[in-house]
Amino acid sequence: MVSAIAWRLGTVTDITDETTTVRSFRLDVPGWPGHRAGQHLDLRLTAEDGYSVERSYSIASAADGSSVDITVERIPDGEVSAFLHDTVVVGDRLELRGPIGGYFVWEPANGGPLLLVGGGSGVVPLMAMLRDRMRQASTVATRLLSSSRHLEDIIYREELDRLANAGDGLEVIHTLTRSQPVGWTGYARRIDDRMLAEVADPLGSSLRAYICGPTALVETAANALSRLGLPPDRIRTERFGPTGT
Amino acid sequence: MTERFVTRGFVGRRTQPGQEGDVSSRVPPGQYLTTDFPVLSAGPTPHAPLDRWSFSIEGLVASPKTWRWDEFQALPARDWTVDISCVTKWTKLDMRWRGVSVDTLLESIELRPEAAFVIAYSDGGYTTNLPIGDVLNGQAFVAYEYDGRPLSPEHGGPARLVVPARYFWKSAKWVRGLRIQATDEPGFWESLGYHNRGDQWLEERYSGD
Repeated sequence: MVSAIAWRLGTVTDITDETTTVRSFRLDVPGWPGHRAGQHLDLRLTAEDGYSVERSYSIASAADGSSVDITVERIPDGEVSAFLHDTVVVGDRLELRGPIGGYFVWEPANGGPLLLVGGGSGVVPLMAMLRDRMRQASTVATRLLSSSRHLEDIIYREELDRLANAGDGLEVIHTLTRSQPVGWTGYARRIDDRMLAEVADPLGSSLRAYICGPTALVETAANALSRLGLPPDRIRTERFGPTGT
Repeated sequence: MTERFVTRGFVGRRTQPGQEGDVSSRVPPGQYLTTDFPVLSAGPTPHAPLDRWSFSIEGLVASPKTWRWDEFQALPARDWTVDISCVTKWTKLDMRWRGVSVDTLLESIELRPEAAFVIAYSDGGYTTNLPIGDVLNGQAFVAYEYDGRPLSPEHGGPARLVVPARYFWKSAKWVRGLRIQATDEPGFWESLGYHNRGDQWLEERYSGD
């Protein structure tokens, strides 16, 4: 009999604003069993009277002892995301359990070439993969196609720039769907078949793809890659709908 | 954890029990209500043309049976209004489906005495396992309409299994048949850390829960 995934207490050790609506929380979780990039955790908030709520969040960090990062987008009227953004401070303790999920995972040992496609906060589990790739000094050919509305909505922008400049086989390609700064040379539209074909092409036909984002983006990207001839078992998807509060 | 942990500063939002519109008794533990219909799947959405679609019951049966799409449509169907809970924590109330009860599908089938488990299998290779007792007596149906319209591919169309009393991963999208077995066999998510039974009222989310 498998034992249950235990609830643990994590202490918030760091809070970072990624954008105006997205914030990362670093937790120190004694006893954390480690995780693979792409997995998530369950968070539970409990009020004095016992009322409690749970949500799942993708893990943003590479495995690193008892340290676990989550990145949370503030959803308008979100019961949990608003609490995390407005109330939680460094030193607070949060109850969580994990890691959870064994399909949308990638480790350098799984190889590549690797195509990551993310929309909005869908980039979070993909970032865990890139961080793990860097941590393990992997040189697997990797391209991240990241879709955001505006330049200032790009999550992890500076870190992605740094990772892409490391010269270890990672390229980061952005598309900005709503507005673009003067002189923008990246894509400037929603992800479509042609964009996918262009981004996937340099990786050859044996790539494996991980797609995470809102349903429409995931459907578009997964269908496009299927039409390019990629077998279904090399297209792994995870979705964030408007209910990811 | 022996003592209940209280999250500093968390009050939460809730309807007062007993208040008009209080549906909290219909929301399983750890779930929250949603009004939209989120899509979750592990891979690309298959698009099976109806002229090549079929639904089969096979395995430990006296004689296997297969229905083409038009034959399946001709089976007695009914409307179902059910509450659905996904292991990713959303619960949606009063979802309206139309489809064929698994009881109806099994009516013309003679099960072998050792039949004990059902493996639902789908286009794209997805599988999920259920004890046969979990899909009988009006507990499961194969739906081809949602909210008065043909079930869309991203929600599992042309047809999906619906088992409202279990987390939604047991309601196999793009279902193409049921294999009857004597022994249990973990399906896709059941092999990847999710609970073998998945009763949302017992919060059987993950292996060991």
